[in-house]
Amino acid sequence: MTPDFRMSTVSYREAMREAIRDAMRRDPRVFLMGEDVGRYGGCYAVSKGLLEEFGEERIRDTPLSESAFVGAGIGAALGGLRPIVEVMTVNFSLLALDQIVNTAATLRHMSGNQFGVPLVIRMTTGAGRQLAAQHSHSLEGWYAHVPGIKILAPATIQDARGMLWPALQDPDPVLIFEHNSLYNETAALTGEPPEVDIRKAQIARPGRDVSLLTYGGTVALALEAARTLEAEGIQAEVIDLRVLRPLDEATILESVRRTRRAVVIDEAWRSGSLAAEVCARIAEEAFYELEAPPTRVCSAEVPMPYAKHLEQAALPQLADVLDAVRGVLA
Amino acid sequence: MATDTALACDLQRVLDAEGRKLPDAELPDLSPERMLQLYRAMVLMRALDHRMLGLQRMGRIGFFGSALGQEASVIGSGAALEPDDWVLPALRENGIMLLRGFPLDKYFAHMFGNALDVMKGRMQPMHFSGREVNQVSWSSCIANQLPQAVGVAYAMKLKGHKKVAMGFIGDGGTSEPDFANALNFAGVWQVPAVFVIQNNQWAISVPVEKQSASRSLAIKAVAYGMPGVRVDGNDVLAVYREVRKAVDRARAGGGPTLLELVTFRRGGHSSADDPSRYRNEQDAEPWERLDPVARFRAFLEGQGLWDDAQEAALEHEQRSAISAAVKGAEQAPLPGPETLLDDVYAVDPPVLDEQRALLRDELAQQ
Repeated sequence: MTPDFRMSTVSYREAMREAIRDAMRRDPRVFLMGEDVGRYGGCYAVSKGLLEEFGEERIRDTPLSESAFVGAGIGAALGGLRPIVEVMTVNFSLLALDQIVNTAATLRHMSGNQFGVPLVIRMTTGAGRQLAAQHSHSLEGWYAHVPGIKILAPATIQDARGMLWPALQDPDPVLIFEHNSLYNETAALTGEPPEVDIRKAQIARPGRDVSLLTYGGTVALALEAARTLEAEGIQAEVIDLRVLRPLDEATILESVRRTRRAVVIDEAWRSGSLAAEVCARIAEEAFYELEAPPTRVCSAEVPMPYAKHLEQAALPQLADVLDAVRGVLA
Repeated sequence: MATDTALACDLQRVLDAEGRKLPDAELPDLSPERMLQLYRAMVLMRALDHRMLGLQRMGRIGFFGSALGQEASVIGSGAALEPDDWVLPALRENGIMLLRGFPLDKYFAHMFGNALDVMKGRMQPMHFSGREVNQVSWSSCIANQLPQAVGVAYAMKLKGHKKVAMGFIGDGGTSEPDFANALNFAGVWQVPAVFVIQNNQWAISVPVEKQSASRSLAIKAVAYGMPGVRVDGNDVLAVYREVRKAVDRARAGGGPTLLELVTFRRGGHSSADDPSRYRNEQDAEPWERLDPVARFRAFLEGQGLWDDAQEAALEHEQRSAISAAVKGAEQAPLPGPETLLDDVYAVDPPVLDEQRALLRDELAQQ
């Protein structure tokens, strides 16, 4: 087949769909299951049209039970398939927490490497769409606490297209968090799947004065902050963490050692967060190279409100990031 | 749909309390050799239970859960499977692994958590995963193995393999959401799965009547669109016959079945509790009269297949094998401390490399 290098503009949603389609064409063991993934095409319309191409056995609508479809995903992986399980949101995934934490994450170790669980679980995360607390939290940091699983957060169209295949090749469970604000974002992509190293963070924008470390839905906010700061003569570097477990500490530290200042932006709550973990590692490994204490911009520590102005007030805003940057540069 | 109305109380039985075949009962299709094999497996379970509890009481192993009184339920179910079928057990089904060829020395290696343990000393005893017998351990949290059984069965279906997944649960476990979740999925997806409830009347200290107001546990199958069958769980021939029907139906594409094996847990829930603190000893008496091993032995003797001399020889043979295995397990080395960090992932991430270096330093200092 001739490689298709023509560029076309695709959305994050389409990129993710193309990644699923491509994986299912390449590997007959791959199948997708979850609530409404079939005829409806998924609650975020990612799987639209896939039922027609692959049929009901491989685009599997499930009864409404997160624990059961994640548990069945574990079983199907044990049985030799490569399931992609779609969970509607990270809040709903709590109903499958036992399956993920007690079995998927532990089985390889506890079985003495007799059984692994090559399972991919995709779910949306994050706020901003006025869906209130039970749809909108950012709990990926909790999952990043757990050994045995890997946590990915594609923030770009490239990563939406390129992360799924390596995740499916991974012999261990991989959770992919898709921030709900990203689905309509667009970018130019060639027909060829981009090569993505799912072990590495990436520099989303280079800079020399301060490192803005973030992932998922707040990468765009960090980039916006960097553009604003440029007008003030401040060169902010934006690091897209991309993989939340295991953290790519090397890329984080390399950046911070250069800029000597770190601001971590994380839509989750501050206490006990992934942002806390990143700050702790910077403090442990690069303390004497810093010009200022690492600082964080996180969401207000409340259940995410519904009313638009309250929701926005709870979320990290551009002004918060700019203030934090000016603080570490002061 | 079979037996919708009858299953609330009808108990499938082959043997009477004394081990005689009931006049109208249909015998399962089992050769004399196979019946003797099942009997030996039941007696071995009992001998192991006795020995293991003793070892736990002496502090030589950490934890144990006896299946005393449930040998027919365990062996009768496991015997209905083919070697490449899958087992997702609960706490008390260890006898199935041994019946399916898992070696006794590896069984003990797990109980002692030594270096020969296929799980490398990481799993609590009674939580067996054995690749060579297609068995994946349950999780201590209860019932999450049942949706996993649905997934295994779905994989078999999608791959066109004529294999069956059998998931086990206790009476207490039927109150867990994953019991309902799994049965619902299995019914809708028509997967080749068989769900076996060992209703041993007690979930630690809670009796089954405080667990469910249902007339039976098997009747729950009706709501999920699958056959439900209630069986005398102390009658190995009845258990085998009914589980085998369910396995055959699943293998032939006829979908899942729920079986309730009515039995009794004569010991504690595990080595950590004392049943005399929460139930009357009289509760056990009627069940002792229905002892599954004695009933099956009486049946075999009635058929001229077994006698006292064979029993004595078996006892001697198993006792020696167990003693040798215990000795071997206690003499085997422990898993090396350097294995602590192995197998968290197929390939170590950097954070484990760091911890491995720390561990090496620590060990070097000792």
